[in-house]
Amino acid sequence: MNAPASSYKKEDFETDQDVRWCPGCGDFAILSALQSVFADLGVPREKLVIVSGIGCSSRLPYYVNTYGFHGIHGRAPAIATGVKLANPDLEVWIATGDGDALAIGGNHLIHALRRNIGVKILLFNNRVYSLTKGQSSPTSELGQKTKSAPYGSIDPPFNALALALGAGATFVARSIDAFLPHLKSTLRRAAAHKGAAFVEILQNCLVFNDGAFGRLTDKNARGENLLVLEDGQPLVFGRRHDKGLRLNGLDFEAVVMDGGSADHDVLIHDERRSGEGYAYLLARMSDHADLPTPIGVFRDVQRPCYEDSVRAQIREITKEQGAGDLEKLLRAGSSWEVRE
Amino acid sequence: MRRIAEPRNKLKSTKALQAAVVRFAGDSGDGIQLTGSQFTDTTALFGNDLATCPEYPAEIRAPAGTLPGVSGYQIHFGSKDVLTPGDAVDALIAMNPAALVASLSDLKTNGIVIVNTDSFKERDLRKARLSSNPLDDYTLDRFRVFAVAITTLTRRAVEDLKLDGRIVDRCKNFFALGMCYWLYSRPMEPTLRWIGDKFAENPQLVEANRRALRAGYSYCDATEAFQIQYEVPPARLAPGVYRNVSGNTALSLGLIAASQRSGAPLFLGSYPITPASEILHELARHKNFGVITFQAEDEIGAIGAAIGAAFAGALAVTTTSGPGMALNAESVGLAVMVELPLVICNIQRGGPSTGLPTKTEQADLFQALFGRHGEAPAPVLAASSPGDCFTVAYEASRIALKYMVPVIVLSDGYLARSTGPWRIPELDDLPAIKARYRADPDGFAPYARDPETLARPWAIPGTPGLEHRVGGLEKRDVSGVIDYDPLNHERMVDLRARKVAAIAREIGPVVPKGDGDGDLLIVGWGSTKGAIRAAAQARRAGGRRIGHVHLRYLNPLPPNLADVLIRYKRVLVPELNMGQLAWLLRSRFLVDAIVFGKNQGQPFRQREIEAKIEEALR
Ligand code: SF4
Repeated sequence: MNAPASSYKKEDFETDQDVRWCPGCGDFAILSALQSVFADLGVPREKLVIVSGIGCSSRLPYYVNTYGFHGIHGRAPAIATGVKLANPDLEVWIATGDGDALAIGGNHLIHALRRNIGVKILLFNNRVYSLTKGQSSPTSELGQKTKSAPYGSIDPPFNALALALGAGATFVARSIDAFLPHLKSTLRRAAAHKGAAFVEILQNCLVFNDGAFGRLTDKNARGENLLVLEDGQPLVFGRRHDKGLRLNGLDFEAVVMDGGSADHDVLIHDERRSGEGYAYLLARMSDHADLPTPIGVFRDVQRPCYEDSVRAQIREITKEQGAGDLEKLLRAGSSWEVRE
Repeated sequence: MRRIAEPRNKLKSTKALQAAVVRFAGDSGDGIQLTGSQFTDTTALFGNDLATCPEYPAEIRAPAGTLPGVSGYQIHFGSKDVLTPGDAVDALIAMNPAALVASLSDLKTNGIVIVNTDSFKERDLRKARLSSNPLDDYTLDRFRVFAVAITTLTRRAVEDLKLDGRIVDRCKNFFALGMCYWLYSRPMEPTLRWIGDKFAENPQLVEANRRALRAGYSYCDATEAFQIQYEVPPARLAPGVYRNVSGNTALSLGLIAASQRSGAPLFLGSYPITPASEILHELARHKNFGVITFQAEDEIGAIGAAIGAAFAGALAVTTTSGPGMALNAESVGLAVMVELPLVICNIQRGGPSTGLPTKTEQADLFQALFGRHGEAPAPVLAASSPGDCFTVAYEASRIALKYMVPVIVLSDGYLARSTGPWRIPELDDLPAIKARYRADPDGFAPYARDPETLARPWAIPGTPGLEHRVGGLEKRDVSGVIDYDPLNHERMVDLRARKVAAIAREIGPVVPKGDGDGDLLIVGWGSTKGAIRAAAQARRAGGRRIGHVHLRYLNPLPPNLADVLIRYKRVLVPELNMGQLAWLLRSRFLVDAIVFGKNQGQPFRQREIEAKIEEALR
């Protein structure tokens, strides 16, 4: 019944469930990317667990033939933390959305990142509540018209990556549903990361917020608006790869690369740069109309992961004190005997 | 161990008592809890039955000498069954005026009051908001007062050690303890030994505290003031090995025992909250049992992680109190839906809202039974004494694992902290408990049920061939895939309810204590057991025909409860709420149960229940 992990095909990760997303939804691409990546990982299927919360994105576990847990709204990081702590051998993935992860579940998200628990968090960001049919979400843009904000949203949005970096995330990346190869390679990178991996996937909801990321995906527009991060490569964008980013004070600015001195100022991307400052500036670029939006891996650093620390402490204490003896434990303290 | 010290002054007389109630009261800084627990340990080793009730100030560092700063520790010990920490105090040790006035109303007429006169200066009286010195006016006329300069005498006893004054003054509680040891003819050895261990790294402190203890003892022995010494002979407890435990400690041990015996590793997800935190503290100490304690970002994170751990095969537990329980409601519903084993402990406190965090109450019974949306039944068990917290935690784990359900355990602030002798169970006597993980892919379906228990299989991630998905959406019977079909939903609602109801088979009939039929049946649950039992015994001795049923299982209820209820003319239900169990009995059994509620953040006193019994029988 179970093929060896090395010979998996994408189909091995499909289930017999009817996929209930709207035809054309960006979630299909993410599902398909994830199934292919799983097939390539070489991880036995039974060791994969997908945990989700509530929302369109969170239906994903039903469609992937691994262990799955469709939780309750916002709580996926909590449930996933329990799974990973109870069995660190499992590869635990989270499917969540902008409302699920950043509104109702914000607390669990930041603490999962703070602890650096080894789970992969895929945040499907479509800037809208879709399952509840079109209300504003924490990533809806100012002025965005939704059912709950018919005159335009007045809530400033969260920048998901900046938030993750602020919480101490060790792996932070962004991809887009429409760029399948990029999405797959980003997921592969997340899979390879030890510790919490946070991936924002810009996802088109064609029913409630169609075209939200058009300026990044549209063939004609994306050259000027998108910056694809590659480790060790200069921060270059533009239809003709003629623009770069350099530091001006504590901010990024875009410069035209014309072979002049400015070319030398263009920064080289470094995923392992110490301190979150650099990745944070990259993350904030999407908030600036005159800067391109980066996609790719923003930051990939190592820090002890929580499940290891938990196990290490248990091992250490057990070595020190010896394996627990129940009989002794119950009789600890001052006990006395009453005889017949 | 049972040796009773010979008084040096042979003129003094010794009087034997069946029981005594002693209260230590002072500032939290006076080491009252420590003094009380030393007296308790000694008394336990001596062989008395006992019950204790510590009382902490609500604030961490309430101003010294003030009423809100009073810390108290009461112990009731005797040579017969001791069921409560005692209604009225025989001997009060008051380290300052605030402690004295806070306790006076509980003191028996002609009771003993030992006060530390060194802390009855003008300034101390002002802090306690007293306009005159109770030692000089008529306040204490009804009592036998022993005014002792405890601080001065302690200083004198350790003078030549040349210790820092602050350190010296911290020894004075041992002086007071020494006095009590003399007064009740207790041996000093256990405490002398304890001091040696506790301060092993500082020989001077060992010497100072030991001297203070001995000085207090000899002081009573030598002065004329104390002419009576009491003896409370050991009780005849059932044979076995005993220790003194608090409810929270016993509960923690019960969980570890369940994990060890079942083979499912223990996982606790918890968020600090009074009065449940000690369970987190206790379990965090026992990592060499493989226990994982996870202090989450909030109660929802705590129970969420516990549910995740249960999915992955752990004996998963969350511990909290009312406010956290309220936050947990949605997640308990999830656990009901995904049918995973989970133990949820609510150490109740006074509510609603933040309420009375350090006080006790039983007002979360409805919350435990009904506090979820949808039809979401869960077994509910309540512990009735500190030691019973062990049994209930173990039993809750057993049920959770056997039936694949979340089980709610109710304890409360009073049980959490009070202590009593607990007969340590022989491991072989513990009920069988087993984690049954499904491994066989053949014929596996996530919601196929065991025909007897209706439990679904526990197929944990990592098991090849059993990959499946669970979640909060309604499941199709057997296959577990999402299904909104009306009849399927009805069937699943019914199955979940039947599974819980069927547990009643295992819990056995209730047998009333006292009279098997008669004038009055008292039905109680939780921490009120001791007070009810004592009151019922006293009224039966007065000629009444009374039975007492104390419910451990609140859902499902014992199968024969209806038959028992009709054997008595009246049914009285004392509880620390507005009548929640009474409401349940009325609705379930159409019995005209008399509500006896108390909502003061305090446990029942025996006399309150006795009075109510008489009223009910009038
Ligand atoms: S509502 Fe939007 S996000 Fe949800 S399935 Fe349809 S297209 Fe996708």
